[in-house]
This record gives sequence, C-alpha cells and structure tokens, in this order.
Amino acid sequence: MSAVRYSFGGDEHVFVELNEEMSLEAFFKGMAICGELQRRAVPGVTEICPANASYLIRFDPDVIRPEAMLQGLQEIEAAVGSADLELKTRIVEIPVLYNDPWTRETLMRFRERHQDPSSTDIEYAARINGYGSVGDFVAAHSGAPWFVSMVGFVAGLPFLFQMVDRAKQIEVPKYLRPRTDTPKLTVGHGGCFGCIYSVRGAGGYQMFGITPAPIYDPAQKLPYLRDFMVFFRPGDIVKWKPITREEYDRDVAAVEAGTFTLAIRPVSFSLKAFLGDPKGYSRQLVEALHGH
Amino acid sequence: MAIEVLKPGLATTVQDAGRPGYYHLGIPLSGALDQYALRLANLLVGNDEGAAALEAALLGPELVFRKPALVAVTGGEALPRLNGQPAPRNAAFAVKSDDRLAFDYMKLGARLYIAVAGGIDVPAVLGSRSTYGLGALGGFAGRKLAPGDVLPLRDAPAGRPGRAAPAELVPSYPKELELRVVTGLYFHRLTEESAATFFADVWTVAPEADRIGYRFRKGRALAFRPRRQPFGAGSDPSNIVDAGYPYGSIQVPGGVEPIILHRDAVSGGGYAMIGTVISADMDRIAQMQPNNTARFVRVEMAEALAARADYKARLGRLRAALAP
Repeated sequence: MSAVRYSFGGDEHVFVELNEEMSLEAFFKGMAICGELQRRAVPGVTEICPANASYLIRFDPDVIRPEAMLQGLQEIEAAVGSADLELKTRIVEIPVLYNDPWTRETLMRFRERHQDPSSTDIEYAARINGYGSVGDFVAAHSGAPWFVSMVGFVAGLPFLFQMVDRAKQIEVPKYLRPRTDTPKLTVGHGGCFGCIYSVRGAGGYQMFGITPAPIYDPAQKLPYLRDFMVFFRPGDIVKWKPITREEYDRDVAAVEAGTFTLAIRPVSFSLKAFLGDPKGYSRQLVEALHGH
Repeated sequence: MAIEVLKPGLATTVQDAGRPGYYHLGIPLSGALDQYALRLANLLVGNDEGAAALEAALLGPELVFRKPALVAVTGGEALPRLNGQPAPRNAAFAVKSDDRLAFDYMKLGARLYIAVAGGIDVPAVLGSRSTYGLGALGGFAGRKLAPGDVLPLRDAPAGRPGRAAPAELVPSYPKELELRVVTGLYFHRLTEESAATFFADVWTVAPEADRIGYRFRKGRALAFRPRRQPFGAGSDPSNIVDAGYPYGSIQVPGGVEPIILHRDAVSGGGYAMIGTVISADMDRIAQMQPNNTARFVRVEMAEALAARADYKARLGRLRAALAP
C-alpha cells in the first residue's frame, strides 16, 4: 500500500488519501479512522466524511488549528494501525428490475453521448466484461454482495464496491459526456463502482436497471426511512435481487401505500476472513440475509 | 398570510446560516451563499444573524406583503422599489399591508438578500430552514419560489426602521477580482506548465454558475501528468477514485473548465481537485455574475487564516455597529 497522503482543502478541510487505488483495505482503514475520530468528539470537527479510498474532514480553524487537526488524524492513523478490521454492519436485499423501460427510454435519448450508440448500456457492459449474454451479466452483477464504500454526490446516493476478486469486478467507462437526466432509483455503474441514483438528475454512469425501493425521502414515509431520511451508511452490504416487471409493479404499489419493506439483517464483517476466502465468506453473508 | 410571491425572479430560495453535519450522507451545507450579506440583512431588522431570509440570484422577485413588516435588502446592487418608489439598500425600512416590493435589474453583484423582522417561518429540517434544491429538502417545499407561494413570517417585536449599515462595512462587488487559493489535494497531478497557467490566466464566469458550483472558462486548458490510472479511478487523466469534495475546492473535468464548489456542493466524485478557495473569499464568489472575471492567487495557510481573522473582525464590527 502506498503512503497515506495528507492535504489541506483550504483553511477548513483536511483531505486524506489512503491509497490512489480503490481497495477494501483502504476503505476499511478510512472507516476505522473516521469511527475513532467520531468517538473522540474532537471540538471544532464539523463533518467526518469517509469515502472509497480516502476521507474528508471539515473543521473550524478558530477552534482547532489546522496543524493540530492534521496531527490528530495522523495520530489516529497510527493508533488504528493494521489490526484486523471488523465492522458491525447490516446486509440488505435491494430488488432490481434489470433492463427496465425507464432507463432504456432515457439511454436511447442520450445515445450520442455513449461509447457504443448501437447497443444499450447493459449490452455494452456485458460485452466488454466478457459475458456471453445480458442474462449472464445480470447473474454476475446480482450474484455476489456489494459494499457501500461511500454515500454522497447527492443526498443519500450509495457508491457500491463489488465483493469479488479484482479480476472479476465489473468495470465500465462513464458516458463520454454526462447525461442531463437519469431516472430516480436507477442502478448504475461507472469505473469499478455501482450506485443507486437517489434522486432524478444528471449522471454519467451506465444504467443497468431500476429499483422500486426509495433510499432517500425527506418525508420519511416508509418504515425503514423513519429513523432518518437517508437509508444507506458507509459499510452497509447490499445484495441485488433480480425481479420481474410484475414484482416491480407490486413493490411500487406497496411503496405508494406506505407498506413496502426491505430485508435487512445485522452482520459482522471481518476483512481478514473475507480476503482469505472471498467466495465462501460472501456466500455466508448472503445466507445471513435469508436466516439460514 | 404574510408575504405573497407575485414573480419569483430567476432563482429565489429561503436560506439561513446553513445545515452542517450531514455532508457524509451527501446533504450539503446549503445556506446563503453570501453569508456576510445574509447576516447584515438580519442584523438590520433585529433578527438573529443566521435567521431565514430570501436569497435571489441575478433577478429580484416581486413580492406583496400581507401584513406590516420591517424589511432590509442587502447584497447585489439592484434598486428596491416599494410601490414603485425607490427604497433604501443596506438599511431597514417599514412596509405596510399590501405594499409591493420589486427590484430594478442587478448592476453589480449576483445575489440579493431580503430579510424580514422575525424571519421566514418555514419548518426547520435537520436544524436549518435552508433550501437544498437537488434533494428537494428544507426551505419552502424544498424548491425555489414560484408565483402564488405564500411565505409565513415569524412574529417579531416592533422593529426600528432607519437602522443602516455604516458605509465602510458594506462590501462592494467588483466585476474583476482575485480569489485566493490554497493548493493541494491533487494539485501535484497538473503538469508544471498548467500549474503556472492556472494562476497566470484571467478566468471568466460561465453561465453555468449556481449554488452548487461556479464554472469558469477562457483560461488555457489544463493538462494532467500522464500516468497509468489507478484501479477504480476511471480512464481520463483528470479522474481519481471518487472522493469527498471540500467546499470551495476547484475541480477541472477533462482539464477544460475549472469548477469551484459552493454551499450546495455535490459532496464527492471522481474529478481531481487542484486546490481550494479560502473561506474568507467564498462570499465574493457568490456575488460574481456570468462574464465577471477572476484571477486565482496562490496563498499559504497562514495567509488564509489571516484573511479569515479579518473577515471575522469585520463581522464583529458590523455586530457592534448594529447592536440593538
């Protein structure tokens, strides 16, 4: 792992790059440091934002001097060290209608901004990742669980990191030029990251499908959004569940009726155990979801 | 009934001191882009300085008051008119029931602030009445104002018309200015030449300048040092593994047009940031109109902190001058 790099973002931020590359090790280290900083409740710290392989702190330099802030973070980095990083988190099953009519209508409108105007996003992603069919691609996409490695861009949008060997991770370029529109709750992918667009708006990720499950709602209508208007937290684990159009319509009706629920189970995640046997460990995680 | 919106202007929103604490979930700070102008307006009408007021970008709204109130207008230089007659800027004035407040076009600056004694009484969401438009959160129904909206006001003690800001504490809004930048973040990714031209060139505010960010153009394109892109970073040399974006940070997608993120910032993404505008200069960005120009000036942390102290001292003098 390359050296951790500390940098000031003006007079109110410290930006810490744990690694130039994305890796679960870098993400976990960031989570551990951010968690410890939270526990220490350092006066003057106003935002603690873990990201994929970095983190960002906002502070009030009238309360804590920038040098002291930076040294405090370095000290926490040393204290956290490289102990086995274990995370008490939760796994959640998110239904997805792949190849849905709404993202398809949208992607057709922006074809001239795409690498391959003659195929759809999911056909293109399947082909460049070596899958023989869209069906095989969907099976791979929904087969292994994904880590929420960052929440942001816009309110409540999760970035997701696929929990398989790097050689098997799905990778796609972003659109050549970003779209000005993306349907709300689109399941997308750019670089090695998946995402769910929490609100309608601009976007550059390839679009694979749509979920009926709201993940951000200031009105907090659904039971799982009652605690907070944003559902996802960094460290959550997601398992995609392919659904049919009929199931999608049923779910949307349940969302409108306020009765829609998600399967959510607490799990404890050990990075060491996962890295030792990614496939077996992922299978165990998914089994927790179904109560085996 | 309190204030009815006849014409909303281009983008008029309810804003206050902001909503810190949720950036890690993608919910940005929001609040008045020009915090000094907000605080000035509130102090003039006897409010808490961070109370909710209206922020109008480039074109003022047309409002009708449905009950008597004390009002102050600050920020961008657009002449207020009460029932067609000129009203003061940077001073409190009384309005009667059914009075109409409108504005001439904005000559200088880009955002005006309208504070009303008591403050705009929309519900506080996550501790703030500010509008975050992308997330349809807070403010008036989570959006910019529309014709026919009726804004409730909080009750206020009878205020004192005529309270005015001392001239030396009213900012001016030049069309050309210097913005101070602390380099860092991914500045090292620029070529030596681009690291120099970024500070040498004059940059022009593009039409795409809003509460999320300010885009600049007409400087020379910036080049990033070639490299084998790290895993997960994306293929363009201006790409990084998606990371958090500081407020005021400057990103340059594709090396073409620098974007400075402001208080409705997208909280993170995959574009390399080359530095950050210092906190003391963020209000000045808020008052830049499209086609205004800026030069970026490289400063060290000590200078950024000194500028911050100056800003705070000025705010302190304002509070003292307008103390009840």
